Amino acid sequence: MSEIRNVSVKDIEEAIYKLALDAAYHIPEDILEAEKKAYENEKSETAKKVLETIFENIQVSSEEEFPLCQDTGLGIIFMEVGQDVHFTDGYIIDAINNGVERAYKDGYLRKSSCHPLTRANYGNNLPAIVHTFVVPGNKVKLIFDAKGGGSESMSKVQMLKPADGRAGIVQTVVDWMIQAGPNPCPPTIVGVGIGGDFERAAVMAKHATLRHVGQPSDDPELADMEQEILTKINNSGIGPAGLGGLTTALAVHIEMQPCHIATLPLAINTACHVNRHKEIEL
Amino acid sequence: MAEYKLTTPLSDDDIIKLKAGDKVLLSGVVYTARDAAHMRIVESIKKGEELPFDPKGQVIYYVGPSPARPGKPIGSAGPTTSYRMNPFAPILIELGQKGMIGKGKMSDEVKEACVKYKACYFASIGGAAAVVGKAVKKAEIIAYPELGPEAVRRLEVEDMPLFVCYDAHGNDLYEIAKKEWANKL
Repeated sequence: MSEIRNVSVKDIEEAIYKLALDAAYHIPEDILEAEKKAYENEKSETAKKVLETIFENIQVSSEEEFPLCQDTGLGIIFMEVGQDVHFTDGYIIDAINNGVERAYKDGYLRKSSCHPLTRANYGNNLPAIVHTFVVPGNKVKLIFDAKGGGSESMSKVQMLKPADGRAGIVQTVVDWMIQAGPNPCPPTIVGVGIGGDFERAAVMAKHATLRHVGQPSDDPELADMEQEILTKINNSGIGPAGLGGLTTALAVHIEMQPCHIATLPLAINTACHVNRHKEIEL
Repeated sequence: MAEYKLTTPLSDDDIIKLKAGDKVLLSGVVYTARDAAHMRIVESIKKGEELPFDPKGQVIYYVGPSPARPGKPIGSAGPTTSYRMNPFAPILIELGQKGMIGKGKMSDEVKEACVKYKACYFASIGGAAAVVGKAVKKAEIIAYPELGPEAVRRLEVEDMPLFVCYDAHGNDLYEIAKKEWANKL
């Protein structure tokens, strides 16, 4: 057991503020590397041109602090809290929301949260969506994911039958991504959650999009499925921006956990080619 | 595949020469509208009210830009996903709208309207928003300011790079490109 540690929520607010700004302007290194590798392997001239525009965008965005995409997303936070952490100086969720609100205002980021029915814009990009996990120890890990609406809309949860099995999962993910086509801003990172229950599958799928791009699953069977799905998606010909080519997805990442004997939950969450996320441990 | 420089408003002659896959550098005035603005515009059409702009000959850009920094006309301004405008586009095309700018697939009804009334769907590169935003030289909100990023803006653009996606002859660049590059790994 670690010692009980006080963590001020003011430090959390400041961390979220910095992560949100960093995510909006600066692409994660691993994604840029994967896109450069894709560029080398690409045979379509149009696809190469699209990737060149994407590289130019990454540079302009970083140098001039223009957001990578005008849709700067809702703030999704994966928070791992050590069970020996004691938060001080206020309520943790308020602190996270304050950090998001300040970053979106100060950074000239788009406020995209609205009333689901009237569609009235709240003007502050709140609330942030926080997934909390209690873990051993006395540290706090924060992952900030700026999730845009275009790729998020090309997501789904489907309760398969146990008999659908591995083949059914592969087919469902491939068919879905081919049907999504140019909509989620390819080349994408495809997050897949298998098992758990209805909502856990969805959380796993989103979490999977945040893995270091192209790092295979530790489970050899899942790593094999990831490769099979990736090859099938990239054989669709959809290509970068949907304008044709060999690079429709940069990676497929699967997370899995046990499920009920009667169920086979499957979730698919797509991340677009900017896949903005940053993390810190406090 | 050809490359054209076009200036809005667009005529039938401008549209007829375009083929799916052609590149266009678009200049002139374009209007922005997304989901919420389209809902209001179409509501106004049904009620016979005056519209924020006359759609005749115009191009609508499906975009909700990020806020402008001081001294800049606009923030990042890449295309949003177009299928959400499927119910509205054919109505505006019938009233003379000549083009839409967005990303992703639209419906068969939109394709048919492009053929019947001579209009064109232009694809831009989603997520290249900082670069696309640089083509915008001037921006002003002309309707529904309370919608924030979804307000209708009048943009003046210079050489905005676009691909002809659905032309007035029934061709679809996404389908053509996909077929050409399928099973090539």
